[in-house]
Amino acid sequence: MTTTAVGTQRPQRNAFLVQVLRTLLVAFFAFPIVFMLVSSFKPDAQIFADLTSYKAFLPLGDVSWDNYRGVFERVPAERMLLNSIVISAVTVALGIVINSMAAFALSRMRWRGRRVVLAAIIATLIVPFETFALPLVWWVNKLPWLELHGFQLTLTEGWLDTYQVQILPFLANAFSIYLFYQYFSSIPIELDEAARMDGAGWFAIYRRVVMPLSGPAVATVAILTFLPAWNSYLWPLMVVQSEELRPVMVGIQYFFQLNVSWGQIMAYASMITVPVLVLFVAFQRAFISSIASAGVKG
Amino acid sequence: MSITIAPEPLAPTLAPGPARGIGSRTARFRETLVGAAMASPAVILLVVFFLVPVLLAFGLAFTNARLISPRPPRFVGADNFITLFGDSLFWASLRNTAYFAVVVVPVQAGLALVLALLVNTKVRGTNFYRTVYFIPVVTSMVVISLLWRFIYEPDGLLNQVIRTVTFDNWQGTDWLNNPTTAMPAIMFMSVWQAVGFHMIIWLAGLQTIPAELYEAAALDGASGWKTFTHITWPSLRATRTFILITITIAALSLFTQISVMTQGGPLDRTTTVVFMAVRTGYEQQSTGYAAAVSLVFFVLVLLVSGVQRFLTRDEA
Repeated sequence: MTTTAVGTQRPQRNAFLVQVLRTLLVAFFAFPIVFMLVSSFKPDAQIFADLTSYKAFLPLGDVSWDNYRGVFERVPAERMLLNSIVISAVTVALGIVINSMAAFALSRMRWRGRRVVLAAIIATLIVPFETFALPLVWWVNKLPWLELHGFQLTLTEGWLDTYQVQILPFLANAFSIYLFYQYFSSIPIELDEAARMDGAGWFAIYRRVVMPLSGPAVATVAILTFLPAWNSYLWPLMVVQSEELRPVMVGIQYFFQLNVSWGQIMAYASMITVPVLVLFVAFQRAFISSIASAGVKG
Repeated sequence: MSITIAPEPLAPTLAPGPARGIGSRTARFRETLVGAAMASPAVILLVVFFLVPVLLAFGLAFTNARLISPRPPRFVGADNFITLFGDSLFWASLRNTAYFAVVVVPVQAGLALVLALLVNTKVRGTNFYRTVYFIPVVTSMVVISLLWRFIYEPDGLLNQVIRTVTFDNWQGTDWLNNPTTAMPAIMFMSVWQAVGFHMIIWLAGLQTIPAELYEAAALDGASGWKTFTHITWPSLRATRTFILITITIAALSLFTQISVMTQGGPLDRTTTVVFMAVRTGYEQQSTGYAAAVSLVFFVLVLLVSGVQRFLTRDEA
């Protein structure tokens, strides 16, 4: 219906032009990723030799898994993959619970101060993370933590170089609370009342009535939490030093600085990109509508 | 949890909403207690990891705090800001950030709209195009910056293509080490990466425009351009504001690309405000000074988004 910008005078020719343009754009947006995947299987000499022809984008010639093997020999890549998986999974799972509970309390319960709390949470959305990232580094370096050594609990100071410093600051998320809040408002309140007649408590209503109906909101929040957690770079760059705790994006940057071959860099890059791309293609409608929902709020 | 809520019953004005079956004092009290308890994990986390550091940003900017130091921070008044405004690196960072934003914001918003119009049809395969254009958005900026580092290498993909199509008459350049081309190269890549995101937002806006408007325009014999300027563009006002503000904030926060691709070089031509804040606050451990840089960044974001909001409102 809306080929608006394209006009109606010569629809046939325009339709053809649009088609050509769209196809060229496919190549434009996909070529670096295709190049990365293809090159990850080639030795460096061939990567550079193939650059002058279409072969740069085809897995031809001396193709092998050598680069992947090389990555694991050079750095504990499996450890960094595991770190990122654990950090992302915990952030997503706990984030869903914590933010949906807060949204439930804010949208479906009547308690003193909830309007102030809601307004304050919404207001935090205008402050970019970069504003307080550096004071936050200073601050987490002062925070205490309880550590269990055998049967002895010890109080330690400073969260630098830990897992919790990569997870806890990102659990509560104003935008996730807002998304849940909006979604919960669309679920009829009569359901809560009926459940209460049956003797259900507030927490039971949250867990057994509202959450089971909120699949789309959970999916949106999961996607919008997972991507930044998996891709996080600025924060772990500053707060994580040791290799055992390093997530993949900081890992690949350090790997790059080792002056390894381009083929190995492409192999590392493919390993940390392909899982996300597979998830994206499998759930692309959910991904795209989640990210579009970020735009509807305006 | 540690948040205590006054145990008095809610005043009727504070408790609108549908009448509840159970209206007794104890039930109200219970609702307050449970509500506060359910909200408290998120609220406590936001206080510790948002409110405190934001307040610290304001506080530490006026101290000589260092990241790792046995001595407590000492109040130094406006010293950090005085040093900052006399620091040529700061002005270079500000200039580069502004340059990046001024180019990227209109180009990215415009191209995203063109893409949205291209894929906003009911032709088969539209979904495929949309998905492909969106791939860079879900890919990590670190990976993308590394890939484009290779593309921009002196013997990289781009120069090889240039040499082939010009029959070796132009060798290309060392894009990221050439002071004039480094920033434009990063701009190009950044637009390439994020344009799919804003295409989706424009599309969401386009799909709210009623089809009847287009049918009426077609009956009146309006040209494609007329239809666009009289129907499409005016209908996208809210989307436009949102897109401008999100691209601007992202542009002002430019960091990852710089960190992976140029480290602020060559000749400080690509250093940015956030990159400088990280450098001073983390690498040089001057938290107080970095807090001052961060505050300037925050004021910049507030100013620019405030001005944009004001301008786009006036337009209506």
